[in-house]
Amino acid sequence: MDMVQLILAAAISGGTSLLFAVLGGILNEKAGVINLGTEGIMLIGAVISAIFYLQTENLFVTFLVMLVASGLLGLLHAFLCITIRANQIVSGLAVTLFGTGLSAYLGKSVAGVPIPVSIPKIELSLLDSIPFLSIFSELDIFIWMSIALSIILYLYMYKTSWGLHLKAVGDNPSTSDAMGISVTAFRYFHVVVGAMLMGVAGFYLIMVYSPNWIEGMTSGRGWIAIALIIFARWNPIYALFGAYFFGGLDSLGFRMQIYNFDIPSYFLKMIPYLATILVLMFSGWKNRHKPSIEPKSLGNPYFREQRF
Amino acid sequence: MSQKSSYEHISVDLKVDNRKPRMVPYKFEYNPHKKGGWWVPLLSIFVALIICAVFILLNGMNPITIYTKMFQGAFGSSFGISETIVKAIPLLLCGLGVAIAYRIAIWNIGAEGQFLLGAIGATAVTIFLPDLPGALYIPLMLIMGIAAGAIWGLFTALPRTYFQVNELITSLMLNYVALLLLNYLVYEAWRDPAGFNFPGTPEFTPYQMLANIGGTRLHIGLVFALFAVAVLAFMLTKTRWGYELKLLGANSIAAKNAGIKMNKHILIVMMISGGLAGFAGAIEVSGVAGRLMYGISPGYGYTAIIVAWLAKLNPWAMIMTSLFIGGLIVGGYSVQSMGLPLSFSSMLQGAILFCLISGEMISGYRLKKIN
Repeated sequence: MDMVQLILAAAISGGTSLLFAVLGGILNEKAGVINLGTEGIMLIGAVISAIFYLQTENLFVTFLVMLVASGLLGLLHAFLCITIRANQIVSGLAVTLFGTGLSAYLGKSVAGVPIPVSIPKIELSLLDSIPFLSIFSELDIFIWMSIALSIILYLYMYKTSWGLHLKAVGDNPSTSDAMGISVTAFRYFHVVVGAMLMGVAGFYLIMVYSPNWIEGMTSGRGWIAIALIIFARWNPIYALFGAYFFGGLDSLGFRMQIYNFDIPSYFLKMIPYLATILVLMFSGWKNRHKPSIEPKSLGNPYFREQRF
Repeated sequence: MSQKSSYEHISVDLKVDNRKPRMVPYKFEYNPHKKGGWWVPLLSIFVALIICAVFILLNGMNPITIYTKMFQGAFGSSFGISETIVKAIPLLLCGLGVAIAYRIAIWNIGAEGQFLLGAIGATAVTIFLPDLPGALYIPLMLIMGIAAGAIWGLFTALPRTYFQVNELITSLMLNYVALLLLNYLVYEAWRDPAGFNFPGTPEFTPYQMLANIGGTRLHIGLVFALFAVAVLAFMLTKTRWGYELKLLGANSIAAKNAGIKMNKHILIVMMISGGLAGFAGAIEVSGVAGRLMYGISPGYGYTAIIVAWLAKLNPWAMIMTSLFIGGLIVGGYSVQSMGLPLSFSSMLQGAILFCLISGEMISGYRLKKIN
């Protein structure tokens, strides 16, 4: 494989975890709830996966337990934002703080223990001989799941009536309520499912990307995912490419170290973070004259009987 | 009499709800003007302690013993109290910084990075100007720390004002950049050649250190922090600028129509916010650490968010909340020997924040009888 293919392969494996988190975030925000707890939920997903896999050695059970744990954190966020109507930004920060602390607390016993896991791969030997597509010949099932998921979510959000209801709930909850859509149920459902996807992001990170638990191992990926939501303009297909772009940047620093560039590794590691800011500045500048496509009631709780 | 009956008539007409009549003739009604007062933070701390007690129990320990030990560690001895205050100083300054941004709904979560830049800025003076007259060091270091923090804050504000980039993301990304910069400096560029591979700069000379108070680790930075509280409280309540911020925080559209420039205020507020965190960083290196080193901040910038919210963004109340959270950190150290990881106190902080924001909203509900 030549250099370009190596980078592409690295972009896909580095971007898949981000992709799950971005898709979860899109579901949250489309329903009108900002979830800044991504980082914390990813960490909990990762640590729960590590603990349960080391105990049971059963991938399926681990996956289910992880879904429950991250779903519970999502439920907590949903309860605070939707039922109690607390400030969504502070609630998300609290999820991240709590998740970071709790994951470090729970992960104390498994810190640094290598996880002997092999994720099943799908072999497409047909593609081996084709020059450019050969990188797709041996990807694990979660990569294919993430690609399928972005297509499914795209179809769901733009081509089904439920997806249109979702848009209505995020843009104008009182009108959707008058139409007979249950705003509360829609928001709860999408926040919890979104949080589960963030948990899957943590699961992928620890099961495939770097298989041993380190405190705070997401190192800002959750926040990059939140930035990617804006960059992808709330579109799951754009999210796919955005995630691979950042996945590539993530591994770029690592690669450049191997090729002996004369830059201290500390500066190479800054690349994804600085690129996030630059990319957002670019997309802000490019879309400066377009109307905002952010869900219009993003961040606002819905009061059915609001009189103030 | 007739008026009353006609009112009833209308209300029956409008009723499209054909569910069963409610069994309980009461309902909860929300009124944002009736939110609870000082007791909400206290109650939420109490509830958070109970939640975390469950996790301690799961870990097979007695929560009451742990909490008692934590309290004794933080407030039970003069050493504990001075340590708590030493931790409270940076928390107070960073908390003031983030609170002023939150007042106008600018979500600066970059206090951590601004703190680190402040520490780096102050240390740069000692590295690049080794032959200064002694008395000049402290003022210059503090000014450089404030300036470096303010510039780091500006890096968050400029993308926001000119490119509509969400400041939450920028400020957090810059935290990671600042941390990598710090690690580069302490591991490579500025590492003490005589330090046996310790990741830190050479130790400061006595001229480069803040004066201590009464033979403890407590230092004169406490006075600076309290002074900052007074100045900020005065500016927020007694000046035109403070009034404009209040207006922006209450209703940014109305403020815009009244001719208040949002962008100008974002730039100023983020510079002050970053400057205060940078001040904290400069005080921390020159008052406590005595050098720039790896892990100079145990997450002060993030913890400051809780300090600010517990105090409901009020500068004076932040003196109390920073002491409380400082005590939590010191108490966390003292139970580490009992097998409770250090992350326990950050988990407790997250739980406090949950209880606080939900408590604030719940306290706005009143039980009302349905007529």
